[in-house]
Amino acid sequence: MDTMVGGTIGIDPTALGVLMPMHIVISAEGEIASVGTTIARLRLGRPLLHSQFRERFELRKPHTSISLGDLRRLTGQRLHLRLRESPFTAFRGTCVELATGQGLLFNLSFGIGLAEAVRSHGLTAADFAPTDLAIEFLYLKEAKAAVMSEIVALNGRLRVARQRAEAQALTDPLTGLHNRRALDMELQRSVAGVLRGGPGFALMQIDLDFFKVVNDTKGHAAGDHVLTVAAERLRKVFRSQDFIARVGGDEFVILLPGLTEPADLRRVARRLIRNIEQPIEWQGEACRISGSIGITMSSLYASPDPDRMLSDADAALYEAKRSGRGCYRVHSEKTAASART
Amino acid sequence: MHGLVNRSIESFLRHTYGNETWGEIADQAGIDRAGFEAMMVYDDAVTNDLLRAAAIRLDRPVEAIAEDVGAYLVGYEPLRRLLRFGGVEYIDFLLSLDELPDRAHLAVPDLDMPDLEISGGENGHFELCCKPDRFGFSSMLAGLVRAMADDYGALALIECAGGGRVTIDLLDERHARGRAFDLTKGGAV
Repeated sequence: MDTMVGGTIGIDPTALGVLMPMHIVISAEGEIASVGTTIARLRLGRPLLHSQFRERFELRKPHTSISLGDLRRLTGQRLHLRLRESPFTAFRGTCVELATGQGLLFNLSFGIGLAEAVRSHGLTAADFAPTDLAIEFLYLKEAKAAVMSEIVALNGRLRVARQRAEAQALTDPLTGLHNRRALDMELQRSVAGVLRGGPGFALMQIDLDFFKVVNDTKGHAAGDHVLTVAAERLRKVFRSQDFIARVGGDEFVILLPGLTEPADLRRVARRLIRNIEQPIEWQGEACRISGSIGITMSSLYASPDPDRMLSDADAALYEAKRSGRGCYRVHSEKTAASART
Repeated sequence: MHGLVNRSIESFLRHTYGNETWGEIADQAGIDRAGFEAMMVYDDAVTNDLLRAAAIRLDRPVEAIAEDVGAYLVGYEPLRRLLRFGGVEYIDFLLSLDELPDRAHLAVPDLDMPDLEISGGENGHFELCCKPDRFGFSSMLAGLVRAMADDYGALALIECAGGGRVTIDLLDERHARGRAFDLTKGGAV
């Protein structure tokens, strides 16, 4: 039985081109003696054929100055080559020695730079050997891009939906103000800011006076209307950077960043009460409410704590209510002491 | 069924019959009018309900709608390009159809497609067999293969033969100038 051991096989160059359209044969003198059809189609300034291999290609890996002697030592290895002229297309491949004295046979592919090479040289599917996965690679590249853009779009939609859901989870639906959860988060943030050495802030707690009367005598619709109008007035009195939350039926808490002067806070409190006391019209009738306010400031504490500040503002509010409706009190050791008794 | 399939049907309905009709079909099928996400997987029943509701609202058989969806998909440039990777000539494309499920898997691993078998070739007669044939899939393929004939510039008669079979009679492979296809997007420089 015939075996190939020790023998050689002869192959017609055209047949070789069918198997390997990207092959290059270089002569013993280092001249490009023949090339496959795809290599012949490369868009270059002058043809590769009959020029010196080392003048047209640069050996990138393994790094060594290219000479035929070296190349012979490189047979069977993974080679990275690059054109020495524009578009500097990269190739990978390997080479084997032809029958003694006939030179070297290179077989090349474009490797990872395939898409760029196809574009620069205007190649088509017919330029690749049937065994080459180049077309599948290009297909996959496009398929991946299409799928990725769908996923990016989906992520965008999900992010918008999440932001909307989060906003809803932190908003009081009746008044559009922040809710209790949002307040807890913001207060936590403000306290952390102060602890890090940031500016102080004031915390105001407001209870609407006589709201229960409106609700009981004129109904829930009137109550809701009064709350909506009161929320509107809060928005007008406070600055845009102030954080206004509705934390209970007729209770509101406001965080005022940077406001730490008791005189300023008193002025804000008086303005607020004046505004709240303006009659609110409901079905031709005037509803009259007022507001009691308890205030505390982060500067009153060596190390402010959210719960402590809320309970101190509450104590100050209780004190204000005891003094009659439409009053405000700023927390101090005195109010704290009287609240505990 | 994969969201890509549901989204394709939705997209076809919106584009061909308008958002209002889509909305009515969605309501009838118990689907959110906002539609489907292409990259999510839905219960198979959803696809069935959608096709049934569309058939009732449009007073057309599911198969006819599925065929139009197939043709409509070829009008979507990224997909048309992916399909053109199947072969240089229409005949190569036809003969590569049995690779379509694997190709689809390469792109979207969780896209579940039925097995495809292509046979024949004598006198330009081919038969494409689709197993299992659910959701009017063979009809959709018939529409797609017909639209791709136009894309390649080939003249072919394509019919659904029932039982998941589609027959293709290739009359003239180069009947007209097909649409251009470069291996890389944007073409050669």
